[in-house]
Amino acid sequence: MSKELTDNEEYYRKLGLKCGLEIHQQLKTEKKLFCRCKALLHNDDPSAVILRHMRPTLSELGEYDGTALMEFKTKKNVIYQLYDDTVCTYEMDDTPPFRLNQQALDIALEVALLHNCSIVDEIHISRKQYLDGSIPTGFQRTGIIGIDGWIPYKNRKIRIIQLGLEEDACREVSDVGHKIIFKTDRLSIPLVEVVTYPDIRTPAEAGEVANFIGRLLRSTGKVRRGLGSVRQDVNVSIGGGTRVELKGIPKLQYIAKAVANEARRQKALLDIRDELRLRGITKGTFQSEYQNVTSIFKNSGCKRFKEVIKNKGKIYGIVLRVFAGIFDKPTQPGKTFGDEVAGRVRVIACQDVMPNIVYSNHFEEFSLSSEEINQLEKLFNVKSTDVIVLAWGDEADVKTAVSEIKIRAVDATSGVPSETRQVFPDGTNDFERILPGPNRMYPDTDSPPTPILEEHLEHIRKALPERIWDCEKRLEKLGLTEPLVKSLSISRNLKVFDKIVEKLDVNPILVAVTLEEKLKWLRRKGKNVDLISDESLYQLFEMLNENKFSKEAIPTILEFLVDNPNKTVKKAIAELDIKSMSIEELQRVVDEALTRYSNPKKISSPFKITMGEVMKIARNRMDGKLVAEVVETKLRTFIDG
Amino acid sequence: MYIIAHSYSLLNKNPKISCKYLYIINKVVRVAEEDMYKGYRGAAKKKLKELGVKVWSDVIIKSTRGIFKGVILPRAETEDDQHIVLKLHNGYNVGIKINSIKSAREVGYKKGHYKIPESEFPRSSEKPNVTLFGTGGTIASRLDYRTGAVIPAFSPGELYGAVPELAGICNLKTEKLYGIFSENMGPEQYITTAKAIGKEIESGVDGIIIGHGTDTMHHTGAILSFMVQKPPVPIVLVGSQRSSDRPSSDAALNLINSTRAAAYCDIAEVIVCMFGPTSDQYNLLHRGTRVRKMHSSYRSTFRTIGDIPLGIVTSTEFKYLRKDYNKRRKDRDVTIDTAFEEKVAIVYYYPNMMPDMIESLIDHKYKGIVIAGTGLGHVNKPLYKPLKRAIDEGIAVYMTVQTLWGYVQMYVYDTGRDLLKIGVVPAENMLPEVAYMKLSWALGHTSNLEEVKKIMLTPIAGEITEREPHNGYIILQGGIPEVDEFVGKYMR
Ligand SMILES: [Zn+2]
Repeated sequence: MSKELTDNEEYYRKLGLKCGLEIHQQLKTEKKLFCRCKALLHNDDPSAVILRHMRPTLSELGEYDGTALMEFKTKKNVIYQLYDDTVCTYEMDDTPPFRLNQQALDIALEVALLHNCSIVDEIHISRKQYLDGSIPTGFQRTGIIGIDGWIPYKNRKIRIIQLGLEEDACREVSDVGHKIIFKTDRLSIPLVEVVTYPDIRTPAEAGEVANFIGRLLRSTGKVRRGLGSVRQDVNVSIGGGTRVELKGIPKLQYIAKAVANEARRQKALLDIRDELRLRGITKGTFQSEYQNVTSIFKNSGCKRFKEVIKNKGKIYGIVLRVFAGIFDKPTQPGKTFGDEVAGRVRVIACQDVMPNIVYSNHFEEFSLSSEEINQLEKLFNVKSTDVIVLAWGDEADVKTAVSEIKIRAVDATSGVPSETRQVFPDGTNDFERILPGPNRMYPDTDSPPTPILEEHLEHIRKALPERIWDCEKRLEKLGLTEPLVKSLSISRNLKVFDKIVEKLDVNPILVAVTLEEKLKWLRRKGKNVDLISDESLYQLFEMLNENKFSKEAIPTILEFLVDNPNKTVKKAIAELDIKSMSIEELQRVVDEALTRYSNPKKISSPFKITMGEVMKIARNRMDGKLVAEVVETKLRTFIDG
Repeated sequence: MYIIAHSYSLLNKNPKISCKYLYIINKVVRVAEEDMYKGYRGAAKKKLKELGVKVWSDVIIKSTRGIFKGVILPRAETEDDQHIVLKLHNGYNVGIKINSIKSAREVGYKKGHYKIPESEFPRSSEKPNVTLFGTGGTIASRLDYRTGAVIPAFSPGELYGAVPELAGICNLKTEKLYGIFSENMGPEQYITTAKAIGKEIESGVDGIIIGHGTDTMHHTGAILSFMVQKPPVPIVLVGSQRSSDRPSSDAALNLINSTRAAAYCDIAEVIVCMFGPTSDQYNLLHRGTRVRKMHSSYRSTFRTIGDIPLGIVTSTEFKYLRKDYNKRRKDRDVTIDTAFEEKVAIVYYYPNMMPDMIESLIDHKYKGIVIAGTGLGHVNKPLYKPLKRAIDEGIAVYMTVQTLWGYVQMYVYDTGRDLLKIGVVPAENMLPEVAYMKLSWALGHTSNLEEVKKIMLTPIAGEITEREPHNGYIILQGGIPEVDEFVGKYMR
């Protein structure tokens, strides 16, 4: 997608785009949030499994919450895989929670302060219901640490609604039919949730702000890195649309595209609503009928239907009056309204083999005979303005499917349904679940409140890292390039960089390049650069400053230090046999090199050859630039003379 | 039942109304005050009054840490008096320290209301009739998301709303016997329950369920086995290890399976019906005198000790694991015998126990002592003297084993033989809690030690068995490769 499409402020202002972020970041703690299990992930086979079901609890008016009801309709068998060392009876929901992990709480407080939040006096753990099985209790334990913060962005502030500390959910292994499998190792790893107000105006901004918050979090040095350690959800709505939550965007680069696509989808759904209104269809006038149509297909040539009938499944048809053509209207790149409907059937009726529905105008492609189509049309008394949709499978599931098709069609008359949607790498999205209402939070009666004392908070406040936006400005002023600023400002080497630059008269760019690029180069070579102490790094520049070696020797010395983590820089220089060189010595070496030429004018590239000769001796001992200068001066005198 | 330690649960109880006018006025004022500052005390209550706000006030609070908007919630009485609980508009709760508050402004008032929807329980003459007795706690419940209150569902209509599956099983009748936590159960409740069971059986019910907190369910199971003898229908004790306000609760499945057991199963005894594995798979039926809660929090906490369970209840069938149970009958014959002596104690022996432990029981006029001894039924020498004194003074002293599995066999070692000589009676393989209940019941009939002994050692409801089957003691040890491999083949 072109930058124009994601960054056109005027276009998105007219569209009324509103966008807010929910960033979930795992914290680098030793143990989990509510139990004393190691916070580690597994890739080996589980050591045990358990089976559970989720049952919705009634809400205030004796009705089930929309999401809860949807998830209950799916009637899933939820299987949890257990591991010996990272899962205990807490994750199995067979033991109440232990006291909140203090290490996690302290990191969350630090993060909340960095986001300029007002910190609560007492943390109360709440339960946020999730009936999809991703948490064995059926709810996530979560608490608010701070509210009403802000971060600077461009020339304005992006406001923060809240900063929460919560337990991570399980990892989904598979979800086929009525059986969903989860790994429990990730469950209860602590994470912070940063929720912004919908202050973001374009898709491109969404990506940038997410990136910024991610960097702010990493600047603490206390968050987890790597795949899955940070997850971004984006709330998107356009004027006249509805808040839709885009979930599980795996990479920052996908955000802009995902938001732009969602804005486009909502616009398309609003256009469909307007079209339906023109046709006179509203929630009140909507008409549909459904029937079991299996008998029409008992001798069908359609391969799919043959299989359905063989497996004792059923085929149902539903006619949607005056819906002709709507299912083929595009909503996203390569997707139509029909996909909206298919998505719901996939999730709610557990019909996950695609295609799971087929509708008028596509019957031939599906190998239905004209005889069968005629029978269908006659049965439903279809007019050219109507559409027939077929669904198939186990009878209970087909009934759910037909009712979901109807629900989704009715929703189309009011525009954009409030949903959680899953984002794919191509930037398009599909139905995941109905957006949970606010009525799914209730207090965790198993956890006592945790007070945050003023002295403790003050202690954390004093130890806060420099705000990343201040740090970036400071590094820019030192003349560092943008990539270096971005890298160093969230680097664990920032502290030693500051010390070196403050105490020694060295070029900050050289220090930054060494600490960021040279160390990364070594890491890529498979070296564990964490073995080099900050002390050694400081010593390195101290000795460089004392001309004990030239800057060209730095990579060699670093490599030596990684391989010999117990040895000092002094020792490295000695063992690598790097001796310092005075300018006089250099001049003498150059002179010696030049005496080898009887007639320098005959040599094609005297500078290159002389440099090569001199560098044999001066390498790692004298700055290459200085060597070049001396060689050039001497060569000129030599040739001219 | 899983106990919800929540201050709000009391809110739906109506204050008792006295007939004296002044008393009413007083009470109303007091109740209003209590309501306004529900759960707040000391400094926090004073602060609320000072700020002119109360529970359910929608407020904007300015504190030294920021501005907080939300509704003031009641506070759990067990928490400190230094914080006010606020439900923010996003649904989260937070605590605000009272001395950080600079100002508070009430912008609205939203009182919580607690009522559970009721729909009529479908009845038909085709279905068996089952009575559910409530003893306390919640069997099913509804959540008030706004306040977080857990509202118990108990009437058939309410239960139908929460667990609609029940309607397919039976015609349900419910009766609340009392409302207390299971640890507060005692003779008064045992007797009330036994009598109520007798009355229901007489009136022709097909099965009885008793909703019960899990902590002392096995104590109640034991005493009811002695107080209600030879019932013609199942008497099923059931509870839950995860409260019913949680989506993952075991309450609904326990209730469904125990209702099925009460309505249809063939075992006419006092039984406990709780999860077999921790997975949502099947329930086990345990004999009331051989069952024990064995884990503080696991769903599969109830185990039959020293024997195998009576049966399995799955969603589709009953599997009977034994043949020696009392069969369901059409007649209405039952013996209700509610004798109970309260001055009975269990003494859990430990090395270095001093004689004064026993002496104080004698001095306090205890009539029976059940010892949970070590190994085959032993205590140290210093206790011989006070035990002899106890028996001489007419106190019934019985020996059980703290190993729970196995028989008391005091003739094997000198210590045991010495104790036998003193007059300590071995209680075979009765579980300590069961022996306690039986001794209380026996002493309720007579204080003649010989007669007590006859009652104690004559099995009434499987509390003593003649033999321990080889598979009555299987505690698989995790970590052993072959055990892990075997257990790994099944859902836990
Ligand atoms: Zn754990």
